[in-house]
Amino acid sequence: MTAIDAPVVDTAADGLNIVAFCCHYCAYAAADMAGSLRMQYPQSVKVVKLPCTGKLDVQLILDAFEHGADGVMIAGCMEGDCHYQQGNLNAKRRAAYSQDLLRSIGLEAERVRMFNMSSAMANRWAAAVTEMDETVQKLGPSPLRRGRKAAAEE
Amino acid sequence: MIVAEQKPLAEIRALVGDAKRVLVVGCGTCVTVCFAGGAKEAGVLGSLLRMGAQLDGNVKDVSEVTVQRQCEREYLDGIREQVEQADAVLSLGCGIGVQAIAEQFPNAIVVPGLNTSFLGKPAAHGEWVERCAACGNCLLGVTGGICPIARCAKQLLNGPCGGSSKGKCEVGTGDSKPDCAWQLIYDKLKAQDRLHLITEVAPPKDWRTSRDGGPRRIVREDLKLPSTGGQK
Repeated sequence: MTAIDAPVVDTAADGLNIVAFCCHYCAYAAADMAGSLRMQYPQSVKVVKLPCTGKLDVQLILDAFEHGADGVMIAGCMEGDCHYQQGNLNAKRRAAYSQDLLRSIGLEAERVRMFNMSSAMANRWAAAVTEMDETVQKLGPSPLRRGRKAAAEE
Repeated sequence: MIVAEQKPLAEIRALVGDAKRVLVVGCGTCVTVCFAGGAKEAGVLGSLLRMGAQLDGNVKDVSEVTVQRQCEREYLDGIREQVEQADAVLSLGCGIGVQAIAEQFPNAIVVPGLNTSFLGKPAAHGEWVERCAACGNCLLGVTGGICPIARCAKQLLNGPCGGSSKGKCEVGTGDSKPDCAWQLIYDKLKAQDRLHLITEVAPPKDWRTSRDGGPRRIVREDLKLPSTGGQK
């Protein structure tokens, strides 16, 4: 829970919160490289490192939204290249299941999306974050955040 | 084990209704193993109920707790305070768990979050199959360990019906066609050279040990404690 709280709570109230669950072996390294190369990408994304996207649990995604995220991206290895054989494929199915769950309570499924990249794809990381940011910009802030704000003011 | 699956979220939300304080009670035994009502599923459902209510402009105080076995009063004693504070208790146990909570806490509003499906086993990850009908008079000793009551659509006792074709039952379509239980029994006993077990005609089954006599009960006098009167 604290892993989810921190990236979301640290964000300015008016900005968008996109939590990115990144695999240690690919997307996290790609994000690191993008930083080293001074690539520009939206600051809305907050990275949570996972040992593998196979660690991703539906509850983690829901926790992120419950704690104020506007979008959740999952970034794992290229299909067929998982360090643990099929963790990224498990994550893909869990992401799809999470989309169904969000839809069932009236939240847009597009707020969850899975991306695949290798550790050398700094460009792909920057592009994925930009793409996700654009998607969430179009959808607007999560309606759950309005509820949180109202509850905090009460 | 008892195999169950979660009810559609819309139905669960309708059952919970306007209750403000909701306690989701998971069960750590069968329904945990079939991924329907364990601690993880209780957590996910709790999140969905909270967020769903928030999106509808309401606030629900939803908390989750999972007991090792919902069907035993000793485990339920530990959640008495939480149950008493809740406006509604959403049980993610099987039908037995739901009733155990309702019996132990007569004032609690208890609703089921699962549909209890059957007695079965995992066939593969994410897939479960029925294996026992709890008929109360086990035949597996003469049928090669394959149950014609649970696995034959007609619960036949003397070989397959005319709907058996190429080892498959006539019910279902395509890949969902179950195996013909009697084909399985024949193949198994033939392989074991024990076909004589099914050469004699089996008499009509005595169904009094099954559901025909209403709710069943087993009493073991050697296990009863003098201080407990037992249930009526």
